[in-house]
Amino acid sequence: MTATSPAPAAVELVRVRKDFGSAVGVADVSLKIGQGEFLTLLGPSGCGKSTLLGMIAGFLTPTAGKIVVDGVDITDVEPYRRNIGMVFQSYALFPHMNVFDNIAFGLRMRKLPKAEVAGEVRRAIEMMKLGGFEERRVSQLSGGQQQRVALARAVVIRPKVLLLDEPLSALDKNLRAQMQVELSELHRKTGLTTIFVTHDQGEALSLSDRIVVMNRGEVQQVATPIELYRTPANGFVASFIGEINALPVARYERDGGEAALVLPGAGRLVAPAEGNFAHGAQVRAFLRPEHVRPALPGEDRPNIVSGVVAAHIYQGSHTITRVEVDGLGLIETRVTGADIVGTHPVGAPIALVLDLGDAVMLAANAGRIDA
Amino acid sequence: MTFASLRSFGFWSLVVAILTYMTLPTLVVLMTSVNPTEILAFPPEGVSFAWYEKALTYPDFRRAFTNGLIVTSLASTLAVVVGSAFAWLIHRYEFRGRGVLEAVLWSPLIIPHFTLGFGFLLLGGAFKLQQGYVMIVLAHMVLVMPFVTRAVYVSLATIDPNLARAAANLGASPFHVLTRIELPLVLPGMAGGWLIAAVLSLTEFTASLYVTGSRTQTLPVAMYNYIREYADPTVSAVSAMLIITTTLIMFIADRAFGLRRVLAIDTH
Repeated sequence: MTATSPAPAAVELVRVRKDFGSAVGVADVSLKIGQGEFLTLLGPSGCGKSTLLGMIAGFLTPTAGKIVVDGVDITDVEPYRRNIGMVFQSYALFPHMNVFDNIAFGLRMRKLPKAEVAGEVRRAIEMMKLGGFEERRVSQLSGGQQQRVALARAVVIRPKVLLLDEPLSALDKNLRAQMQVELSELHRKTGLTTIFVTHDQGEALSLSDRIVVMNRGEVQQVATPIELYRTPANGFVASFIGEINALPVARYERDGGEAALVLPGAGRLVAPAEGNFAHGAQVRAFLRPEHVRPALPGEDRPNIVSGVVAAHIYQGSHTITRVEVDGLGLIETRVTGADIVGTHPVGAPIALVLDLGDAVMLAANAGRIDA
Repeated sequence: MTFASLRSFGFWSLVVAILTYMTLPTLVVLMTSVNPTEILAFPPEGVSFAWYEKALTYPDFRRAFTNGLIVTSLASTLAVVVGSAFAWLIHRYEFRGRGVLEAVLWSPLIIPHFTLGFGFLLLGGAFKLQQGYVMIVLAHMVLVMPFVTRAVYVSLATIDPNLARAAANLGASPFHVLTRIELPLVLPGMAGGWLIAAVLSLTEFTASLYVTGSRTQTLPVAMYNYIREYADPTVSAVSAMLIITTTLIMFIADRAFGLRRVLAIDTH
């Protein structure tokens, strides 16, 4: 392989489309997933992420497009010949089999010799810390243990791709955090190309190499977690990933190296000039709560706005304070500690510094904000 | 007496009245079976098991019992095989005429057993099968099929559809999905269906009256023929034994296969 040739894609989706009658489930999605990559399909329910996963597994037939795994077009291959492992949201463990037989199922279907099956299953059981549970019926296991059996069963067949369909959503919060760590470890140990479906942005940000944000059957953005958070491609992504303040639509004015946002009813804000907007364009700025802070007493600089404290949401390590700013609406600021609750009680006036240098600026028509 | 306790008294009186009404005829028959004299008297004048002895040794009843066992085991087994296949077909596939197929499968619940028995009698004449085991087994199979199909269908419907997908995902062909996943999970339903079918077939009278002959008659038909000629408590004794046997079968079935769940009487 020369340095210029692209890395081989483990999975490639080429304009994959799925219609349900007249409704669009997935609209012409093209994606390349690298060997060993942990890719997340993220979006609200009904965004098409599970439909896409179902098509990769072979449970659904695409209306159009093709699915290529390891260079082979598998669009018309039956699910049982695909060698793609999957963990279901409900785990779908076989209730009439014990833990060992559940994990061994795929190997037995591959007609592996008995001794080899036993060895592989034992290794999977060790890796998923299920030692001692071999003879248990799956109904006797806790949710976390069932989850591990489902994972062991899927990875023991050494699939070309591992599909995870919201596998953590049935677990309680503490267990979910722990399973996130275990999923991460499993991915590191096995090096399996993994496609993870979730509607939980926290899971997506912490686990993924790259995230595919979907909405209404369409891909909104494909990016690393950090890129996604810092430079969302549109309003949907900006509001879906993390908390963000959406400022009202403003007129972008450029004068040499200087730029400004002119907000009706809120005056001028100094804006970074590196944007690709023409003078007079309608733009919308998105600003994370950590890029808004209370002004220091007597502080004099651009982009200070004033408002009235509407609410404090105390979160332990920090406080989210909601401020009703004239002409801007509710603006959230994220402040370390809880001092602000005492210094600026609800109803008190407050001045805020908007760090527009860190804002995301989008053309006013780039994506709706309906997350 | 307060209004609440009056209402409670009224409620329980009604419950007891309904239950008495439901069980009284059976209780009367059971009680006459231990009557020491030769008349079917109620209330009984003493306790004797002489009629049980007569029932167990009477040649017609012995043969009828054997006939019944042969017919029941064959008819129930065939009904399970065919009924399960139909249940699977209805559960698994959407096809034109599915509604019609379902209606036909359920129809023995609506059509009088008299009609079915009479129909089989006429058919039997046309195919020279009258009063033979083949005819009786076929008639019973049709009568019990709705119950078997329903039991199996309910079991199939309660299986998580993702299990078949998970199995396919792990490399199981449709044949292996059927034999390794679906069949084992539906087996309790099939067994429950078989037992219901067996009990219904064992006690079926109306249709059997038409399709059995003197050498192939089943127990209820033999009892009917006996009571037309004699009026002693032997028939009561046979009834008692039949009721006890079927009760035992149902009890075991409930314990072993969760009959209530299989028949969708219980939903938890």
